[in-house]
Formats: sequence, structure tokens, C-alpha cells
Amino acid sequence: MQLTDRMLTLDPFGTLQLQTGANEAPVDVVPVRAFPLGCPRQFIALVDQQGHERFWIDDLDTLPPETAAQIEANLAQRELIPRILRIRNVSSYATPSRWSLETDHGSAELLLKTEDDIRYLPSGALLITDKFGLPFLIPQQSELDHHSQRLLARFL
Amino acid sequence: MTDAHDLPLLAPTLASLPLDLSPDLHFLSRELILSPQAFTLHTADQEPEASWPIEGADLKLQLGDHAGVGSLKLIDAHQVRAHWRFTMSKMPAAQNMVAQFNALQRARSEAQPDTQEQAKMPAEWPEESSESLSPPSTWTLFRLWRFAKPYRAQLLLGFGLTVAATAATLVPPYLTMPLMDDVLIPYQNGVPIQATTVMKYLAGLFGAAFIAWSLGWARTYILARVSERIGADIRTATYNHLLNLSLDYFGSKRTGDLMARIGSETDRINVFLSLHLLDFATDVLMITMTVIILFSINPWLALVTLFPLPLIAWMIHLVRDRLRTGFERVDRVWSQVTNILSDTIPGIRVVKAFSQEAREGERFYQANRQNLRINDRVNRIWSLFAPSVTALTELGLLIVWAFGIWQVSQGAITVGVLTAFLAYIGRFYARMDSMSRIVSVTQKTAAGAKRIFDILDHTASVPEPLHPQPLAGRPAAISLDQVGFRHGNRGILHDIHLDIQPGSMVGLVGHSGSGKTTLVNLIARFYDVSAGQIRLDGTDIRQFSVTEYRRQIGLVLQEPFLFFGTVADNIAYGNPDASRSDIIQAARAAHAHEFILKLPQGYDSLVGERGQALSGGERQRISIARALLINPKILILDEATASVDTETEREIQQALDNLVKGRTTIAIAHRLSTLRQADMLVVLDQGRIVETGRHDELLAKHGHYFRLYQAQLKLNAEPLPLDTATEGTPHATD
Repeated sequence: MQLTDRMLTLDPFGTLQLQTGANEAPVDVVPVRAFPLGCPRQFIALVDQQGHERFWIDDLDTLPPETAAQIEANLAQRELIPRILRIRNVSSYATPSRWSLETDHGSAELLLKTEDDIRYLPSGALLITDKFGLPFLIPQQSELDHHSQRLLARFL
Repeated sequence: MTDAHDLPLLAPTLASLPLDLSPDLHFLSRELILSPQAFTLHTADQEPEASWPIEGADLKLQLGDHAGVGSLKLIDAHQVRAHWRFTMSKMPAAQNMVAQFNALQRARSEAQPDTQEQAKMPAEWPEESSESLSPPSTWTLFRLWRFAKPYRAQLLLGFGLTVAATAATLVPPYLTMPLMDDVLIPYQNGVPIQATTVMKYLAGLFGAAFIAWSLGWARTYILARVSERIGADIRTATYNHLLNLSLDYFGSKRTGDLMARIGSETDRINVFLSLHLLDFATDVLMITMTVIILFSINPWLALVTLFPLPLIAWMIHLVRDRLRTGFERVDRVWSQVTNILSDTIPGIRVVKAFSQEAREGERFYQANRQNLRINDRVNRIWSLFAPSVTALTELGLLIVWAFGIWQVSQGAITVGVLTAFLAYIGRFYARMDSMSRIVSVTQKTAAGAKRIFDILDHTASVPEPLHPQPLAGRPAAISLDQVGFRHGNRGILHDIHLDIQPGSMVGLVGHSGSGKTTLVNLIARFYDVSAGQIRLDGTDIRQFSVTEYRRQIGLVLQEPFLFFGTVADNIAYGNPDASRSDIIQAARAAHAHEFILKLPQGYDSLVGERGQALSGGERQRISIARALLINPKILILDEATASVDTETEREIQQALDNLVKGRTTIAIAHRLSTLRQADMLVVLDQGRIVETGRHDELLAKHGHYFRLYQAQLKLNAEPLPLDTATEGTPHATD
């Protein structure tokens, strides 16, 4: 089934609603990426409030642009994976360590609980999860400036 | 509070929420304040930049979170009035704000302007321990003093011996001076050698060597003994501390890594203390004494001799930092290598079943290569370092020769003095060389010590109360009040209200992932609640001592774990002092007695990883006997019968019936039939209680439970002997 913008609407509360048939009541859905890191633009599920899958999207690019935009806007509202641009300083080289960062979402602070929270992605990127579960991304270590790389290396 | 900033007249603050994300998810810190009249948004201490009046009863706050971002919406019947976002660190404050707001709205609808009483919500949250960060431990090695303290007398003795031994080794070069000036050179000039003088000096040389030898032996023996004991103490302390950490910690660490820390790191510290530190102390003493002697003989020559010293010191300092970080990385990479081993070996059946030996080999190879790469990098610096020190040493000797010959030719010093200097300096620089080694060893050990103290500094997230309440006798009523739990950024349980009567049996039902096991873990206090409280007979369980409290709980798990040891040991695990007849009684009640008798050595048969192979049902009955033996007030059955066939289940069920009698029981089961006799069933869905009641009541409701039950009936009706332990219920996907 092709997903059209008629089937996907926004209610006044800002929730996406999916209507699969003319006679069916619309259900509140939330888009969820199946591979948020490995393949973010493909394999997206529309999931209802109970967590049941209501619709499956193989590829965002095959959707009508408006629908895709709607889904992306919704995703962008909920998803936050700041990219680390610079590590200004770290409170200590022993964990837990408080990092002061510059990210593409402004300056932030990251509390690293253990070195195990630094995860190597197959693409060569690093995903660092802070104590409260917010993930930070370093797409390529070598693109950081020298100072940041030096600080980072102490934890790898 | 003594602050005096001019708050607007209307504003008694009911709750405040530090927001740290802007609407477009940029980091921006602002503060949302709830007062009885309105929500106001402030940046720093300025005037409110926006406000939303609270009017009308249909206003609601909606709290949600996804992947580390929390969202709070203010909605009315028609639309979203405001939408605020924050990271999960602010979640407790947000929950508090919602609670305050709800209280406010409730009070308003009941037309009671007095909201102050409701406003007393828990202000402290157990997860707020983020502030107690351990400080950077640059001086980690000095913290080892804690372990060295009990042995300070022996250490002092060892140090005294070191001083004496070092002094003794410095005598022989000193004696070369008179030997040269008073014996050999006069002889060259035609003066005959006097046998008595020579004998005197030779005896001195021999005596000094002998004393140095015996003192050296004594100090090495004493210090090695002490350091071995310190190492053992560290190991024991670390392991004991580790055992007391909460499940949470074990969940976030890998077994291989922990094993490496307790095993090889303590060993490294041990070797460092007994060998390297000792050498270093000797070296420092030797150098200090040598310097004193050299200056006393001839200050000018001494100055020249010591000229390369600062250069070497500077070099050591330069390389130290790089080496330390390098060795830390080597350690970490090494634990990655062992992690792969501890990952794969227990899972070897899966590896072989899917014939992935080559892939696992490759994974190991990769980790090993990473290990090599990092070691190579460290060795590049390290390898350059040692020869450089040696080269500088040679250079130093050259300088002394040149300056010495010139001085002799000027008649400023005697040949004997020059020989003594050369003898001293040979030792001196040799010590320099070995001293330079201390840098790397110290750094390695410091890194190891840091990793040990990482464990020791970790406080249990299930803290012991300062003044534990005594536990009362029998009745065991458990009540859960607004219990919430989150793990990382995932909320797992929300708003759980539950009252369990003493001696009753409660069944927890729900899909897998609905939070049943988490709830049970909270009741057993493996974790602490993130919100609300759990009470046992009216007292918050956090006020009991953890061990006391857990002793009241019998736990039977889906996969019973048997330790390596005899059957009797395993049954008596919770109470090692139990008598043989107690053990047999428990085994009888658990319907384990008969099969145990069939084992070749009865209760003395070895079981566990390297012992007798027992079936799942047999192991389970042993673990039931184990739970029976401690006579717990509260019994937790976590899928106790899930992994066995129906026949065995019947046997286990009979055993369980004996166990359940008279105890407050909380049982989790997928097979709903096993819970039919429960006094109350609690149906969980997505971390919330959706239904409670008895089996028939819930069936009559035609709700969640009914659907779960129907799904299982359907499954059982099928002729296939399916293992009904399949996770959850089948969803109709298409």
C-alpha cells in the first residue's frame, strides 16, 4: 500500500494520525526508525500508542515528498543525537567524567559514566551515551580538532 | 532561604523545572516555573519571557520521553498550548512539576484554595547521585597507602635495611681512592707495596660487599613478603566490594573486564610494590648518597659529573605523559581482548551451532590487531627512551673523563679521586637507566590502580541506610506506592500502586517487556525505585539493612543457578549452618529428595559447572529447596516453571505448593494456568498496571487478561507439543 498525505494527518495536538481505510477511525501513530544509526532514512515503522506496528515504510524517499517531510519533521522533534564538534575540556580522565562540549545543537555537557558507554559504530563513528541516556555522535574522530582528539583518545 | 531577588508579587513557586533544550532541540538553559496562577519561562534570572496562565479545568500536562529527550506538553481540550523539552537528567523535576500541577488542578476543582499540604512531594530522588562524581585520581598510587598501612612496621624495617644496604654498596668505590693514591701510584714511583695496608683495604672491600649482600637479602625478603600481602588484601577488598555492588553495576560491566581488574591488575600492583618501587627507593638513596660523597671529595668535579642529570630528568618528564596515556590504552585494549574470550566461550554452543568459528576467530584477530597497534605506538616512544638514556650516560662519562684528565694534569686532583669518581659515576648512571624504567612501570601501575579504585570508589546504587530499621516478625504486607523506575533513558515502570496482603499470592501477568521482572527486582531491592516507595509492613524498604531485608526473600528463577559444589552445599547456600536433617527436609518438601538419592554420591554429589549433569527440572527443585531452607517471608517466583516440560512442571508445581504456603508470594508466569490459584492477578502492560483481580473476575472483564488467556488457550489447543514458554503472545501481524 502506498502511503499518501491523505492518510497521514496532524491533529491539533501535533500528533500524527494514520487512517488506513475510509471507514476506519484514525489512530495516533509515531514514526520509529528501525536502524536509527545504520540506516536512518530507510525502514521506518509507524507505531501506535500500544507499540503495535501500523504501517511500514521501506524507504522514506519513495514517499510523496510532503508525507516524507511530515514524518521527518516529527522525527526531528523527538530525536536528538547531537554531533560533537569540539570537546572543550573534561573534568577527569577517570570515569565518571564530565565533558564540556560544543555540538551542532549548541554547547552541552556530557556525563560519561564508564568508558563502556562509548560505542564504536561500523561506519567508524563513535556513539557516546551520557548518564541520562542522551546519545552524542562523533561521525569521524579524525575530523575533530587536535585538542579534542587528544582528550578523546584518553577514553578510547 | 535568604535570597532577596524581587520576585513578582504573585509568585510562590510551586515547582521549577530547569529546561535545557529549546523547541528545535538546541541546548539552551531556561527555567520553567509553576506558580498557582501561571507557568512562566525564564532565562537566567531575568523577567519571564513567556507565561501561560492556568485557567480552566481542562488544562493538562502531558509528560513523555523518547531516546533521551523528555517532553512536557501543556494541553487543553483542543490544542497544545505549550511544548517544552529537556534532557532526561531533568526528568525527576518534570515529574515533580506534573504532580504539583495535578495537585493544583485537583484542589481547584474541589474549590479548595489551600494547596500547600498537597505540595509536599518527595524532593529528593535516589537517582540524583550524579553530583557525587569521584575526583580525578592523579595520585591514585598514594591511595594504595590505605592497604599498606597495616604493614607499616615491616615497611619501615625494610626501608631501614634499604638505607643500610645502599650505604654498604657505596663503600667499595670510596676505598679505590686510597688504594690508588696510597698504594698503586707510589708503587709506580718506586715505593714498595705494604702488605698490611693492602690487606686492610681488601678486607674493607670484602666486608662491605658481604654486609651489602646480607642486608640486601633481608630487605628483599621482607618487602616481597609485605607486598604479597598487600596485593592479596587489595584483591580481597576489591572482590568483596564488587560483591556488594548492585546488579546495576554488573549489568553495565563485562565479566572479562572485571576479572582482568581483580586478577592481573592487583598482580601488577604487587610486582610494582615488591620490585620496582623497592628498586626505585634504592636508586634514589644511592644517588643522594653518591652526590653527597662526590661533593665531599671534590665539588667542581661533582658539578661536572652531575651536569647531564637535569637533562635526563627533563627527558623523563617529557616522555612520562605520553607513556601513561599509552599504557592506559594498552590496558583497555587488553581487556577488550579478554572480553571477547569471556563473550564467546560461554556461548560456544551457539557459535558451533551456527558454525561461526571463523567469524569469532576474525573478531579475536581484529581485537588482537588493535592491541598490537596500540602496543606498537607505545613501544615506539618507549624504545626510543631507554637507549637515549644510555647514550646520555655515555656522554656523561665522556665529560667526566675529559674534565678529570684536565684536572689531573693541572694537579688539582689525584688519579685516585678520578678513579673513584669514575667508579661512582658508573653506578650512578646505571641507576639512572633503571630509574628511567620506573616511569613506565609507575604509570602502568597507576593505570592499574586507577582501574581498581574505579571499582572501590563505586558506591552501591542500593545504599545501606545509616540507621537501619529492625525487621519485625511474620506478617509481610508489601505495598507499592506510585512506584516508577527508569533505566537509562527508558521508563520501565510508571505509577505502580499495589497492596499485597500478608500470606497472599499475587501473580504478575503481561507480555514480556511489560515490566514484570523489573517490578520483582525492585521488590527484592536489586535496584532502587526512581520514584515513589515500596513498603514492607508500613516501612520503606530502603530503611532496612539490605542483607537483613534480602534474607526475608526467597527467590526462584527461571534458570536456576547451581554453584560448583555438592548438592547439600547448594541447598544450604542461603544458610550454610543448616543441619543435614534440615537440608533433607527442605529437599523432601521440594520433591528433590528422591532424585538426589539416585545420584551416585547422594547429597555429596558434585553439581554445578563441572559437576553432575542435572536436568532442568532437577536443578529447579534444588533451587526450590534452597529457597525453602531459608524459610523466607516473601517468595518470588520468576517464571519458575517456564523452561521445563509439562510433566516436570507438575512435579515442580507440587514442590512450589509446599513453598508458597503461608508466605507472601509474588509469581511471574507466562503459563497463566499456573497462576489460577493466585489470590490476585496483576496485569501489566508497558510498565503500567492495567487490570487487577482474581482469575474469574478478570476473565469476566473481557479485557487484557481475557485476551492473553484466549491466546494461550488457542496455542494449547493446537496438537503440536509446543513449548509454551514462547515470549509474549502471538500478535496478528497481517
